[in-house]
Amino acid sequence: MTASRDFDLAEMSVRELNEFLHRELPELVDVSQGASIHDDDPLTRINVFNPNGGHSIAAGLDCAVEVEIHGHAGYFIAGMNKQARVTVHGNVGWSVAENMMSGEVRVKGHASESAAASMHGGLAVIEGDASSRCGISLKGGRVVVAGNVGHFSAFMAQAGTMIVCGDAGANLGDSLYEAVIYVGGKIHGLGADAREEPMETSDVEAVRSLLSEADVEGDPETFRRVASARSLYHWNADAHQEY
Amino acid sequence: MNAHPQQRHLEESASFDAGVLEYIRQATQCGLYEIRGMGAKRRLPTFDDLVFLTASASRYPLEGYREQCSSRTVLGTRFAERPIELEIPVTIAGMSFGSLSASAKDALGRAASEMGTSTTTGDGGMTPEERRSSKTLVYQCLPSRYGFNPDDLRQADAVEIVIGQGAKPGGGGMLLGQKVSPRVAGMRTLPEGIDQRSACRHPDWTGPDDLAIKIQELREITDWEIPVYVKMGATRVFDDVKLAVKAGADVVVIDGMQGGTAATQHIYIEHAGIPTLAALPQAVAALEEMDMLGEVGLIISGGIRTGADVAKALALGADAVSIGQAALIALGCNNRCHHDGNDWVDVDDDYGQLETAPGFCHHCHSGRCPVGIATQDPDLERRLLPEVAAAWVKNYLQVLAMEVTTMARACGKSDVHHLEREDLVALTVESAAMAGVPLAGTSWIPGAD
Ligand code: SF4
Repeated sequence: MTASRDFDLAEMSVRELNEFLHRELPELVDVSQGASIHDDDPLTRINVFNPNGGHSIAAGLDCAVEVEIHGHAGYFIAGMNKQARVTVHGNVGWSVAENMMSGEVRVKGHASESAAASMHGGLAVIEGDASSRCGISLKGGRVVVAGNVGHFSAFMAQAGTMIVCGDAGANLGDSLYEAVIYVGGKIHGLGADAREEPMETSDVEAVRSLLSEADVEGDPETFRRVASARSLYHWNADAHQEY
Repeated sequence: MNAHPQQRHLEESASFDAGVLEYIRQATQCGLYEIRGMGAKRRLPTFDDLVFLTASASRYPLEGYREQCSSRTVLGTRFAERPIELEIPVTIAGMSFGSLSASAKDALGRAASEMGTSTTTGDGGMTPEERRSSKTLVYQCLPSRYGFNPDDLRQADAVEIVIGQGAKPGGGGMLLGQKVSPRVAGMRTLPEGIDQRSACRHPDWTGPDDLAIKIQELREITDWEIPVYVKMGATRVFDDVKLAVKAGADVVVIDGMQGGTAATQHIYIEHAGIPTLAALPQAVAALEEMDMLGEVGLIISGGIRTGADVAKALALGADAVSIGQAALIALGCNNRCHHDGNDWVDVDDDYGQLETAPGFCHHCHSGRCPVGIATQDPDLERRLLPEVAAAWVKNYLQVLAMEVTTMARACGKSDVHHLEREDLVALTVESAAMAGVPLAGTSWIPGAD
């Protein structure tokens, strides 16, 4: 059995919704298996209607629950998420899944700037396009964008994996650390210290596995690998800004 | 015929003095600008240029030792369900684990807790040691987001969004590879030993309109329980404070140009930002214009050293001050000796190896701190015993608190927060203009209408 509960943001505030998700929901869900602590009918799904571009919806969750947001939403959706699977049936504003630690965030439409910024773990899937700075400051986890990403994506990305099935804008992977980017389409330019590297068998397998996990189509054999040349790891005064 | 050497008139150039000659010589040899720690060394207008008009016939003092004078300080009452309540108006500024040793962070936490005040994390996240030792801990949200996570956010007593700091406003940060130990690297998700850059812009928002939404997100994640501070380096203070208040800050922290750092370019330290004395009245004016004085808390930092500085900052309108370098000096920074638990041990030679000397050191960036404060080297870190150093810092905070209450009583105030601008005059024309108080012996406030 799966129990769900509906919330209508035309009738209540984001603050009231989030307070329920933080304070009451963990009491109603067994975080390990989705079995209810209190009854036989576990609460495993939350439906949010009329998001109307609201910000910070489902931010700060720490609970194994599915949250379905039906419509377009604003900034910081599912920010700092842990454990939850949040799906937005629409587009989102800036910084969806920022600082996510674990769980999954899926955007059925497009995402604005800084999607998955500073994410530490979990899986972020953008089924449409993501704007500039997608995966900026990435610290772990997996980001899969079915469409294109804008300029300066994966800027200063430290760890984790990012897959872009479409094209990547200019300055991709600028000042990269240890994160790895795979691009299926055209790369409009690499940023400082980012370089294209040969695709090994292990890379093809990594792309295949991640596309499958994200349920996104693509031919892993056609992807290219971008990683750090590590020439900025130790600061060089003689570079004269020629990065 | 040549003049006898003792009769020569040697005139140093005012433009190219010994310091400038050395700067150019260094540049020619290294091809690299200077990176160093601590704050501005140049002479600036400071709180020393103000004095109090204590009570006399026209004002009635309180008895210095026996009559109560409250120093209780409450911050973050605007939106937060749990404002910060402190016993004294002196807080410990954000300093990272990474730039400081875990022992130094631990000692600061212990001392602050004993005195009923707060400490602040820094770039690199929250360590278990500092959470344990700090009764009230402010958690910084910096552009790098190193180690930033929701679990630590939820166990923080306040969150501080750092836009900039006084030593390097607009400059971002750096931690040189020698301090990026395995533990530091792990907390920051970076390879060990690399020169680590802290971004100068936040990754998930840019302008002040976005900041308002970011603040809202942090409030949502913490269920509106804890205050949100916004910290900025002092540059365009009047406008910046108004923007931070409009964005929804509970507390604004302004860090003047004397504020310290563990490592940045000398050019930022000495040539960017405005002095703390000039910044504070601008921040107060911004709050006054928005009718937010008292509703939005104001913390001032950057070169606060003495109880007199604290009292003058409160009189000019701050709710509290924050100390960084002074707290490090209380821990033993620039001491000739460290204490091994039994005795003092001379470390003059270690300063010498850094080509400096006790009293002149600003080598926090090197990772070779002779007294175990700004280091990640286990052998050096052992030179700082948290329980011993905590007692020193606690004593220092106690002196600051005693001096503030003493001055407040002499001004006839039963609460340090009752100190007011009217209690101050300036000794120089420039400090009168900056502070907006009369030049001593006159009623003239330069620049006032
Ligand atoms: S003594 Fe240590 S803390 Fe003080 S300036 Fe030198 S290196 Fe920095």
